[in-house]
Amino acid sequence: MKLRTILKLATAVAIALPAFAGAADAKTQVQWWHAMGGRLGELLDEQVAKFNSSQDEYEVVATNKGNYSETLNAGIAAFRAGEQPHILQVFEVGTATMMAAKGAIKPVYEVFGEAGETFDPSVYLAAVAGYYTDPEGNMLSLPYNSSTPVLYINKDALKTAGIDPETKPRTWSEMKELIAKIKASGSTCPITTAWQSWVHLESMSAYHNVPFATQANGFGGFNTELAFNSDLQVKHVGMLAEWAKDGSFQYAGRRNEGGARFRAGECAFYTESSAGYAGVKKEAEFPFAISNLPYWDDVEGAPFNTIIGGASLWVMAGHESEEYKGVAKFLSFLSSPEIQAKWHQDTGYLPITNAAYELTKEQGFYDENPGTDIAIIQMTGKEPTENSKGVRLGNYDQIRTIIDEELEAVWQGQKEPKAALDTAVERGNELLRRFEQSVR
Amino acid sequence: MEKRVTFDNKVLPYVLLLPQIAVTVVFFFWPAIQALYQSLLLPDPFGLSSRFVWFDNFKHLLSDPYYLQSFQTTAVFTIAVTAISMSFSLLLAVMADQVIKGSSTYKMLLIWPYAVAPAIAGVLWLFMFQPSFGVLAYYMKASGYNWNPVLDGGQAMTLVVIAAAWKQVSYNFLFFLAGLQAIPKSLIEAAAIDGAGKWRRFWTIVFPLLSPTTFFLLVVNLTYAFFDTFGIIHTMTSGGPGRSTTVLVYKVYADGFVGQDLGSSAAQSVILMIVVAVLTVIQFRFIERRVHY
Repeated sequence: MKLRTILKLATAVAIALPAFAGAADAKTQVQWWHAMGGRLGELLDEQVAKFNSSQDEYEVVATNKGNYSETLNAGIAAFRAGEQPHILQVFEVGTATMMAAKGAIKPVYEVFGEAGETFDPSVYLAAVAGYYTDPEGNMLSLPYNSSTPVLYINKDALKTAGIDPETKPRTWSEMKELIAKIKASGSTCPITTAWQSWVHLESMSAYHNVPFATQANGFGGFNTELAFNSDLQVKHVGMLAEWAKDGSFQYAGRRNEGGARFRAGECAFYTESSAGYAGVKKEAEFPFAISNLPYWDDVEGAPFNTIIGGASLWVMAGHESEEYKGVAKFLSFLSSPEIQAKWHQDTGYLPITNAAYELTKEQGFYDENPGTDIAIIQMTGKEPTENSKGVRLGNYDQIRTIIDEELEAVWQGQKEPKAALDTAVERGNELLRRFEQSVR
Repeated sequence: MEKRVTFDNKVLPYVLLLPQIAVTVVFFFWPAIQALYQSLLLPDPFGLSSRFVWFDNFKHLLSDPYYLQSFQTTAVFTIAVTAISMSFSLLLAVMADQVIKGSSTYKMLLIWPYAVAPAIAGVLWLFMFQPSFGVLAYYMKASGYNWNPVLDGGQAMTLVVIAAAWKQVSYNFLFFLAGLQAIPKSLIEAAAIDGAGKWRRFWTIVFPLLSPTTFFLLVVNLTYAFFDTFGIIHTMTSGGPGRSTTVLVYKVYADGFVGQDLGSSAAQSVILMIVVAVLTVIQFRFIERRVHY
């Protein structure tokens, strides 16, 4: 009898000991999968290290999973296998996919609420947070790296064409004149662009308060239909098509391939994300300026705000509540003004909170680096409307591919702008219906 | 009476076959059946729910004129890659077969490209021919040639065909060289004594004797061009400009792994499976007849 009791006790201790030992030294781990490579990855790792050394309860482990598509794929595959990370960085194109996956994600407002972490959605820039907020006003994911398209200007190219190098074209009509002059001066590349669909269709539509898709660009529900074949978009693409025909617009590729030609000094104008700033600053051996994206002044009320690109942080479902506390702590750390201001200044991404913007102003960053505040002014100049909050569509990656394909046919001169946009709308709508069916 | 070796053990043969069958079932039949089943579903990306939609995925695909068009693109791409890589490597193999001094160095260098992963091969060629930063593209433009594969579909196709063919040249070279070395020298010498010239010797003796190798490589190359080239296309053109380099397998990849549309992607693989099965049957029925073993 006695021996048995001793044995029992010994067993109990043997089982309990490792548990105690575990509790003593292991911090709660929070896994973060992201898509930031190169310099951005280093800056991200700095943020993580700072958080880890700032407290001793939680440890964030950041892992780079490749580019945006690959990271999203890794997250999805891991979720299917029950091995999902706590935090997944998803680009704006994947937003609708994530929102539709109700059982796979845990909205950030819930994460903050349950952890008892203070969370005030109003500190975030409305134009940024709006993109990741549901119709009831709840924030579903935390904005992290957001950017918006701006116009980069090669001052030397303007000078060569006999134009005042400090000229900052406000409207597309002004652009037409400038580009004709630059072309006449013998330039081989008066204008080029990155991310044609994002800059010249999605942002352009938002900038003029014209719908890109119905149902408030998909914010209102999955039964949305594409609408980017209206007069304004046809006119805009038509202008670019004319430029493409006479060689003024040099199409360089679907992503940001055009950047190489701009940074080499060949192109006079370049429309690209504000996050392209670091690269231009580093490589350009000519004086350059950043300016607002031009707009069409015959549209009433224009310009409105442009929309964002980049990515946000989604919290995945299926973890312990203790771990979610760590997630909440880390996410509020990331939103703190100091971290955000540094991130904004180092990368050209937007500061996601008003406080970070104010802090950057106080530090005199915008005075030393003229043009770096253009993006944020352009984003926040006006209260976002239904058409300028953002675009939230399922199968969006494939829809963008369709748009790229159709636009390429226009630049090649194979298709008329109107016909190409009509076809893109028609083909894209089929994908939207498929998505609607799959999430029903 | 003739003496036959017989095995009495009824179980042993099956046991011996088991590993091979298990491997085939697990790695070939199981995924194929999964693909068949998946092609009838419309799942959401996270696998939280999926609906059985019968043949909707196929209907959707086959009513899409753009999908049907990519069959044509695939045919052009596959034939071009196979023809170029095989003829070029045959030429190299014949040359290398004749070299005496330093032949092993040549051979080794010719085999190298096979070790390059498709995506890397794509990037290497891109560095030379991308109009914005390509080294050779720069000289082509400087010499007045309007080189712009970013917008010119024909040029883009040429570029991916060359890259895909280049990658396969080493493999073909290896087999052609082995095939050439297996041809008895006495036959060729006899022909030479009879007064047959180089060309004649090649076409009447070497080429026919090489036909089993050529046929094998034809099957391998077609399969390669069909299935293994999406990495090259992904890094070089992403299927563009327009849809000029969107071959079937690239669309499977793009829809499934980039677009998360697994139902359509599975349906496309089933269609691809059928196409390749038909092609293989045709090859064995009609082309193999002309092969001398």
